[in-house]
Amino acid sequence: MGSNMAENHPVGFQWVVEAQKRGAKLFHVDPRFTRTSALADRYVPVRAGTDVAFLGGIVHYILETDSAFLDYVIPYTNASTIVSDDFRDTEDLDGLFSGWDPETRTYDPDSWQYEDMQVAAASGQRELGAPTGQAAHGAHGGALEHGEPPHYDETLQHPRCVYQLLRKHFARYTPEFVEDTCGVPREALLEVCEALCENSGRERTSALCYAVGWTQHTVGVQIIRTASIIQLLLGNIGRPGGGILALRGHASIQGSTDIPTLYDILPGYLPMPSALAHSSLEEYVEQNSPQTGYWANMGAYTVSLLKAWWGDAATKENDFCFGHVPRLTGDHSYYTTLRGMVEGRVKGFFVMGENPSVGAANGRFNRKAMRNLDWLVVRDFVEIESAAFWYDAPEIETGEVRPQDIATEVFFMPGATHVEKKGSFTNTQRLLQWREQAVEPRGDCRSELWFMYHLGRLVREKLAGSTEPRDRAVLDLTWDYPTEGEHAEPDADAVLREIGGVDLTTGKEVPDYLPLKDDGSTACGCWIYAGCYADGVNQVARRKPGHEQSWVAPEWGWAWPMNRRILYNRASADAEGRPWSERKRYLWWDAEQGKWTGEDVPDFKPDMAPDYRPPEDAHGPEALRGDEPFTMQSDGKAWLYAPAGLVDGPMPTHYEPHESPFPNALYPSQHANPARQQIRLEENRYNPSHGEPGAEIFPYVATTYRLTEHHTAGGMSRWVPHLAELQPEMFCEVSPELARERGLEHGEWMTVITMRSAIEGRVMVTERIPVLEVGGRRVHQVGLPYHWGSRGLVTGDSANDVVGLALDPNVHIGEYKALTCDVRPGRRPRGPALLALVEDYRRRAAEAGVSEPSPTEVHP
Amino acid sequence: MTDGATYEAKPDSYYGRPILKAPVWTWEIPVYFFFGGMAGAAAPFAAVAEMRGDRALAGRAWLVALTGVGVSPLLLISDLGRPERFHHMLRVLKPTSPMNIGSWILSASGTIIALATARSVLGWFPRLGRVAPAVAVLGPALSTYTGVLVADTAVPAWHEARHELPWVFAAGSAMSAGAAVALTGGGAPARRLALAGAAGELAATTLMERRLGPLGEPYHQGTAGHFARASKALIVAGAAVMARAGRRRSGATAGAALLLAGALATRWSVYKAGFQSAADPKYVVEPQKAGR
Amino acid sequence: MSERVGFFTDTSVCIGCKACEVACKEWNGLPTDDVGYTGHSYDNTGALGAATWRHVAFVEQNRDSSTRWLMSSDVCKHCTSAPCLEVCPTGALFRTEFDTVVVQADVCNGCGYCVPACPFGVIDKSEEDGRAFKCTLCYDRLKDGMTPACAQACPTESIQFGPLGELRERASERLEVLQVAGERSARLYGEDPDDGMGGLGSIFLLLDEPEVYGLPPDPKSTTRDLDSMWRAAARAGAALLGAVVVASLGGRR
Ligand SMILES: Nc1nc2c(c(=O)[nH]1)N[C@H]1C(S)=C(S)[C@@H](COP(=O)(O)OP(=O)(O)OC[C@H]3O[C@@H](n4cnc5c(=O)[nH]c(N)nc54)[C@H](O)[C@@H]3O)O[C@H]1N2
Ligand SMILES: Nc1nc2c(c(=O)[nH]1)N[C@H]1C(S)=C(S)[C@@H](COP(=O)(O)OP(=O)(O)OC[C@H]3O[C@@H](n4cnc5c(=O)[nH]c(N)nc54)[C@H](O)[C@@H]3O)O[C@H]1N2
Ligand code: SF4
Ligand code: SF4
Ligand code: SF4
Ligand code: SF4
Ligand code: SF4
Ligand SMILES: [Mo]
Repeated sequence: MGSNMAENHPVGFQWVVEAQKRGAKLFHVDPRFTRTSALADRYVPVRAGTDVAFLGGIVHYILETDSAFLDYVIPYTNASTIVSDDFRDTEDLDGLFSGWDPETRTYDPDSWQYEDMQVAAASGQRELGAPTGQAAHGAHGGALEHGEPPHYDETLQHPRCVYQLLRKHFARYTPEFVEDTCGVPREALLEVCEALCENSGRERTSALCYAVGWTQHTVGVQIIRTASIIQLLLGNIGRPGGGILALRGHASIQGSTDIPTLYDILPGYLPMPSALAHSSLEEYVEQNSPQTGYWANMGAYTVSLLKAWWGDAATKENDFCFGHVPRLTGDHSYYTTLRGMVEGRVKGFFVMGENPSVGAANGRFNRKAMRNLDWLVVRDFVEIESAAFWYDAPEIETGEVRPQDIATEVFFMPGATHVEKKGSFTNTQRLLQWREQAVEPRGDCRSELWFMYHLGRLVREKLAGSTEPRDRAVLDLTWDYPTEGEHAEPDADAVLREIGGVDLTTGKEVPDYLPLKDDGSTACGCWIYAGCYADGVNQVARRKPGHEQSWVAPEWGWAWPMNRRILYNRASADAEGRPWSERKRYLWWDAEQGKWTGEDVPDFKPDMAPDYRPPEDAHGPEALRGDEPFTMQSDGKAWLYAPAGLVDGPMPTHYEPHESPFPNALYPSQHANPARQQIRLEENRYNPSHGEPGAEIFPYVATTYRLTEHHTAGGMSRWVPHLAELQPEMFCEVSPELARERGLEHGEWMTVITMRSAIEGRVMVTERIPVLEVGGRRVHQVGLPYHWGSRGLVTGDSANDVVGLALDPNVHIGEYKALTCDVRPGRRPRGPALLALVEDYRRRAAEAGVSEPSPTEVHP
Repeated sequence: MTDGATYEAKPDSYYGRPILKAPVWTWEIPVYFFFGGMAGAAAPFAAVAEMRGDRALAGRAWLVALTGVGVSPLLLISDLGRPERFHHMLRVLKPTSPMNIGSWILSASGTIIALATARSVLGWFPRLGRVAPAVAVLGPALSTYTGVLVADTAVPAWHEARHELPWVFAAGSAMSAGAAVALTGGGAPARRLALAGAAGELAATTLMERRLGPLGEPYHQGTAGHFARASKALIVAGAAVMARAGRRRSGATAGAALLLAGALATRWSVYKAGFQSAADPKYVVEPQKAGR
Repeated sequence: MSERVGFFTDTSVCIGCKACEVACKEWNGLPTDDVGYTGHSYDNTGALGAATWRHVAFVEQNRDSSTRWLMSSDVCKHCTSAPCLEVCPTGALFRTEFDTVVVQADVCNGCGYCVPACPFGVIDKSEEDGRAFKCTLCYDRLKDGMTPACAQACPTESIQFGPLGELRERASERLEVLQVAGERSARLYGEDPDDGMGGLGSIFLLLDEPEVYGLPPDPKSTTRDLDSMWRAAARAGAALLGAVVVASLGGRR
């Protein structure tokens, strides 16, 4: 659900087909009938942007039919925990939780906490990256500040226990409500609910797969939260065949959140220090680590990271160079940074492995930002749209801007492809796999590693001898990687070894993260990767065939943390440590040997007995009970209800997308997610949504997505002849009914218009786009693949030119999956006439009463 | 965009796309059928005349035959994708390949006709009389194998006509040979051959079209249809003129011209009908489903 | 001659990813066709041809308001009695030691006879180079003991390569599974050695009538009628000779 796995993860999908051959049942819930639906046992249509409602309907079913797996739920989740009586639900406050501040449009989460327990959010709003299953890690949970454990009611009867709060919160997510909101026939919903419940429990487990069909919403994180609630209630987490599987994007996008290319976390999901709060290491660790669970050792992880970066220069005396670490001064996420460019505050921009002119929502906004830069560095295989934006872009065609007026200096640097360099990929299941170099890069093409290493080297040469304190951060770095070959390519193995960690007293690689210390005696570039170079061996490069080892295949590559293949696998055994069933045995307590054994590396203290109870003064992992598997959580329990860590509520709530032609059937006065991040700029006009004047001007729901034949913004496919010919032109998928309604002819052209811009595409009339019955009327959805741009072997308009920017407040991912639009037959106007068309729509909206955005208004 | 309104494949085909590949042969092939066939009939005609001691008629007929086998290879070679590799046809002797057999027949009959003509017209190699009769076998083979050539394909309008096409081509060859010789003043025997051929061809094509039933459709439609109708008209007219006024030189000439045009038109219509029936999947699907 | 190998293409697990099509073009260095946007569902390469030796068909169906999207990867059938091979006048088309049918490019003279001879419209003549081309069943790879590129690339094992006997068994087993599961429309194609083609080297599991995928419903090897054709030709030839003789008798003016 929210994933088109067969098209976007075809190689991974082979295992789904394998499972089907062994009797697994596959459901696909999607606004479109896709190549995944074609293979599914059951396809369920859904209106884009209503997943919380759909999943909430499943939660409702589980709770009202008493289908929850209570033997799992009671000990392993916070179902029994009692919540503070300051808490008010959306059902009490008509769509808002307690703590809402209408001024700042933000929540103060204090009232969401457990009774008598101060849970401080680990580090406020944090970036979790594009589709990711790591939410539990990202939100460290909170600290049990004064030791006594929270109040429980294991009978689940207490009106303020999480279980009862859920029942109340989801009481109105009835099949009727789901049908009316999502357009899902109620039989279909019930079929899904029954299948899920029947296929969960002691003997069986079910898995949910998702990708950006869930994340690209103003409620993206809450959609995944709803999925977690379902999987926890059914006991499908930490067990083989269970889980919520995030099917991630680019080959190593998981790696790029573990060792982040994100602005607000450090390697291993350590929070980025804040300029205001964290003047000292102590403060930083103090405020970010709980007393209990594995995050309690955060100090050791942080100091080891600092030692890896600044080596001998990092001493106890100078706080291990903690002062060198950059500080957050606010939201520095991508779109905020773009605004900085438009406003002239950001002057330089590196584009490496990205094509934002096509790939990022609101292409016009992106290109305007880049036109305002002093310099831009693009590293890519080909001269992508983002490198050519100054002479080849829609704005040039319309005559809005002229190349000679653009001052941005563009440096294009050819990149080496994945076969031209060695290194590691971290895939969606946290598995690191090593890639050897097949051929030398051609001409001036160089790897990222080469570019970064030599850039750093040159900068350090320039700064050499500087006495400026601000330069120390760069000059003190351990920048001493060995290089090899004619191009002086840094040795990727050496980098991996640094990440894997060493004991500085012995010089030996650490086996895992447990030996990491906060006294400077260990160095580790990313604590969760600790041990990936154990015994001086590149564990990541292991390729032992599956048939030569156990079915879990622990010797293929290396999975973080500690080569663990299933996280929280303590939950694969019952509270007493016995497998839930023979069929599903995975990890169990061996009383004789007094340790956990089984198929996988225990995600638990290896010798902690199921009946262990922590003493009063316990700290860290020892402070958790032997029957609390979720050791990253401060209370050792999985959170059905999130007392902290989320900025838009402790429980998921159905809100309409930012742009939607329908009212919020649950909370008419709260149309969309109140905490959603909006960018109200001239460059980012929003379509009037339901309830606002002029909403009828944009009557159709649009959604954007991928095709197997292309890759994202096209740099890797539109230039490749054998791929380009497979999907040669931008097209729009519409139902026969909409085609009739608007006179769209199959194979001819159509134009899609929003307040941002207008694009054209060939018409693909197909029954694969269902027409749904919502709120008593039929809603049409328009499908837009987003792979095309003005360059390459096959060109076409970019869907992102009509997509606007409204973001999830937790992770700042845009709502690319649900917007509104108008459509007309025929090609779009050329040149200035295009602007006139869009202007005409804006005029109509203004006449209807849509207020012009003031250039600076930004929420929150 | 190929077909405007449809967004679903029709139940009886894949978006109406052809199942078969259209033949890749070009105009040279039907023209070759014409000339080769003419030569194949003219040669035995010449041989018989020779035996009957009519050296003038024989000479004329040999020349017609020579012209036929002379242009044939040129036409065939120019149709090849790799002309320089024409000789690869004779790399092997392959009975399952009518084209292979055909090229042997063509080269053999070609050589003999050339020699025989040289003998009868220029009086060279007098002892050749012994081999000349070979054309009695090779000639007709040259005229009829082309029927097998096209019939031995998956093209419905050709394959399903496999028992009639050799007759159509044989008759056409007789007609064109007769007409050609008549044109050069061949007199009564030539005229009789032409008329017999004309009668035969009209009969054979009519029979073929009747037997083909629905598969005969292509022979009535499109270009193939035009040429089929044209050929009938030409042949009827030609035969009439030939029969009535054949004795007069002008009449013979006119009749012969009409008949020759008719023979060419028939081949062209057969050629085109093949393309038309390969282009529409129904000609493949319907009979095959019926046959099951 | 080693064991006969071939393909079993199980269209019921094809996800239409076209990896087979691309892998084939990459391995064999084939040019693009650049057919352009066809509007025929997601099929923009159209058909098998001189430059497309694997082709994935996409068929959208809507019966009683339920949608089906059939996908199927088509390829040369490496026929038991292969008309293309039999009619080839130069012997460029030959049967390999793996009992597959391959064109020897250096012998082919571009006569194009094989093209209309193929009952499946597989082989075609290349405009640029004048010769005929089609799937070689990766003859070069087989000789090195490798799997054909298309089968190697197929993520879902929709394309299975192996000894034909084995594949026939696997095919009927799979058919049974599907029929038990209620897939009434499932059927095998080309697996029967007694059919008009003597069975195919590439067998398919289809979910609808063959013609829906652009396959002939019940093809017959045309060369099987060759004798009767030669006989017809012989009779016609004799008649021609007769006509010549008769015409020659009698008056000369
Ligand atoms: N071939 C190929 N593979 C790829 C990529 C590619 O470009 N091409 N991109 C890679 C990357 S970067 C990523 S992130 C992944 C993304 O993988 P996916 O998430 O599978 O990619 P999408 O096609 O964007 O979206 C998936 C599906 O979400 C559906 N959808 C749209 N709106 C909604 C909604 O509101 N609810 C639900 N339930 N579904 C909705 C769309 O119809 C679409 O079928 O794929 C990766 N793999
Ligand atoms: N409307 C809409 N917008 C979307 C999405 C959507 O579903 N709908 N999806 C979003 C998602 S999930 C993503 S991930 C983004 C993707 O959007 P982008 O990341 O902007 O697009 P890509 O085409 O993946 O850009 C990757 C570029 O990196 C280059 N590249 C590949 N390997 C290397 C390398 O080793 N080094 C260097 N230097 N360059 C390399 C490729 O040639 C390519 O040009 O799009 C987002 N935008
Ligand atoms: S491209 Fe890479 S990530 Fe995508 S399916 Fe293929 S192997 Fe998997
Ligand atoms: S399918 Fe066609 S090309 Fe392939 S072997 Fe059979 S006849 Fe020849
Ligand atoms: S084109 Fe080539 S392969 Fe085909 S029949 Fe002629 S010679 Fe044989
Ligand atoms: S076997 Fe080889 S040549 Fe034939 S289709 Fe597959 S990849 Fe192409
Ligand atoms: S590679 Fe396999 S799954 Fe993909 S299209 Fe080809 S046959 Fe179908
Ligand atoms: Mo992505």
